[in-house]
Amino acid sequence: MQTEILFAGFGGQGVMFAGQVLAYAAMDKGKQVTWMPSYGPEMRGGTANCIVVIADEEIGSPLVQNPPAAVVMNLPSLDKYEPLVKSGGVLIVNASMVDRTAQRDDITTILIPANDIAEEIGDKRLANMIAIGALLGCLDILTVKDLAAALEAHMPGRHKHLLPKNFEALRKGAEHAKKQRSNQ
Amino acid sequence: MPRELWKGNEAIAEAAVRAGLEGYFGYPITPQNEILEWLSQRMPELGRAFVQAESELGAINMVYGAACTGARVMTSSSSPGISLMQEGISYIAGTELPVVLIDVMRGGPGLGNIAPSQGDYSQIVHGGGHGDYHPIVLAPASIQEAVDLVPLAFDLAEKYLNIAVILIDGSIGQMMEPVELPEMRPVVRKDYPWATNGALGRKRRVLSSIYLEVSIEEEVNLRLLKRWEEIQQNEVRFKEYYLDDAEIAVIGFGTSGRIALSAVRAARAQGIKIGLFRPISVSPFPARQIAELAGRVKSMLVVEMNAGQMLKDVQLAVGNRAPLEFYGRLGGVVPFPDEILGEIQRIAKEPPSLGGNPAQRWLARMTAPKK
Repeated sequence: MQTEILFAGFGGQGVMFAGQVLAYAAMDKGKQVTWMPSYGPEMRGGTANCIVVIADEEIGSPLVQNPPAAVVMNLPSLDKYEPLVKSGGVLIVNASMVDRTAQRDDITTILIPANDIAEEIGDKRLANMIAIGALLGCLDILTVKDLAAALEAHMPGRHKHLLPKNFEALRKGAEHAKKQRSNQ
Repeated sequence: MPRELWKGNEAIAEAAVRAGLEGYFGYPITPQNEILEWLSQRMPELGRAFVQAESELGAINMVYGAACTGARVMTSSSSPGISLMQEGISYIAGTELPVVLIDVMRGGPGLGNIAPSQGDYSQIVHGGGHGDYHPIVLAPASIQEAVDLVPLAFDLAEKYLNIAVILIDGSIGQMMEPVELPEMRPVVRKDYPWATNGALGRKRRVLSSIYLEVSIEEEVNLRLLKRWEEIQQNEVRFKEYYLDDAEIAVIGFGTSGRIALSAVRAARAQGIKIGLFRPISVSPFPARQIAELAGRVKSMLVVEMNAGQMLKDVQLAVGNRAPLEFYGRLGGVVPFPDEILGEIQRIAKEPPSLGGNPAQRWLARMTAPKK
């Protein structure tokens, strides 16, 4: 069993961190995992992406052309990666940052206003955790509980006070995705 | 040790610290900067030497000098920086000193870019510096393998008084994987009979790569070659995947090897009898093992992130035992498994025949007008 997940957005939206949290959770569950960043002359506000591969056996390529799951946090990422998602796959779109719906009808798409929900919780930086929550609501690789445990285990002590809001963000993301799927 | 998620460059740097690295000398260049960054904090913390030199030339010559004292020393760089170091590398080889070098390859030639590449194979394996010398070159395909090979590189360098290189590319340097790091080993300064470690109360020792008397220089060369023979006999390392019943064998090292693994699995799922041979020591090269493999498969495919630099070593090993094909991506482009799968499917459908030049056939396919 192997699953690949792509995270993409503006630098500063936490897409790299989102991928890392997923990688930590996968590792803690005893899985093989790779986290591969796009690296280059990157800067805040530019585009950033990473691919996480989770598997039961030795992982070959850390990059794939057509991932079965993608989380896109802004419009340029939606434009670029929507066509690449594997047929039958999952696409999580940060609806707060795009002005269109997804065009594919052969994949499951979740439109989630991650920035708006994050502001409701009280910290706009939580948009990435809401998006991961939505991803886990659609993908049977890891649970919101696994992610929360990984955050708790690997977050440096000085950030521990942020955990409750992160947990809430993960939960709200997953709930939103489940609700949207049952309406589809 | 528990499994922890580490970035490749940082894990390699920490593995060197735990292998008893006593002195590091380097100069920044992407995509290997995290090695310097990590060591700039860790080495002083442990009371060990970290020097950011004024250039790669400075760094390699500081390594040269420090190695003369018998200390465990290392430098790291990326392709253009390694090119700059070649003079010093040849001097170190000529002086017969143990040094570890890490090359995190990037796209080239020239300043190129900072994307992953395997374009340094020839300059590292076949010596970019002048003279007859052979570095030991280990090419890990994952962060765990890299971390396991770092202490070995130091041990081999010291055992054979030879340069040992860890050859990776930017993707292994930049990616993260779960890693079990080696135990911390103490710094041990060996009292080599040649080390220039203070001559108080003993005869002065001189280390140099200058042998103006040609007959002595020839002796030094012959000694290096005899030692290299011993290395070739004892230090070949490789990993095989699904080769037991394989009719097609893919050969790739480092990142292109692990990408090929995904393609091999996909081809197996389609019923193609195929396996992967991944050289871990690209120098000494597993020539005998590849020759044997060539005798029992119908065809072979070499995959690299360069224009066929290792292919030449494979060709030497295989001779006319099996038809060879080649697939490469250049300039920092990393192949997707699907591209390699396409090549495998092509070979499975129309088995190649012996002879001709696989690199030429590949170039013709790469530059053919798109249909």
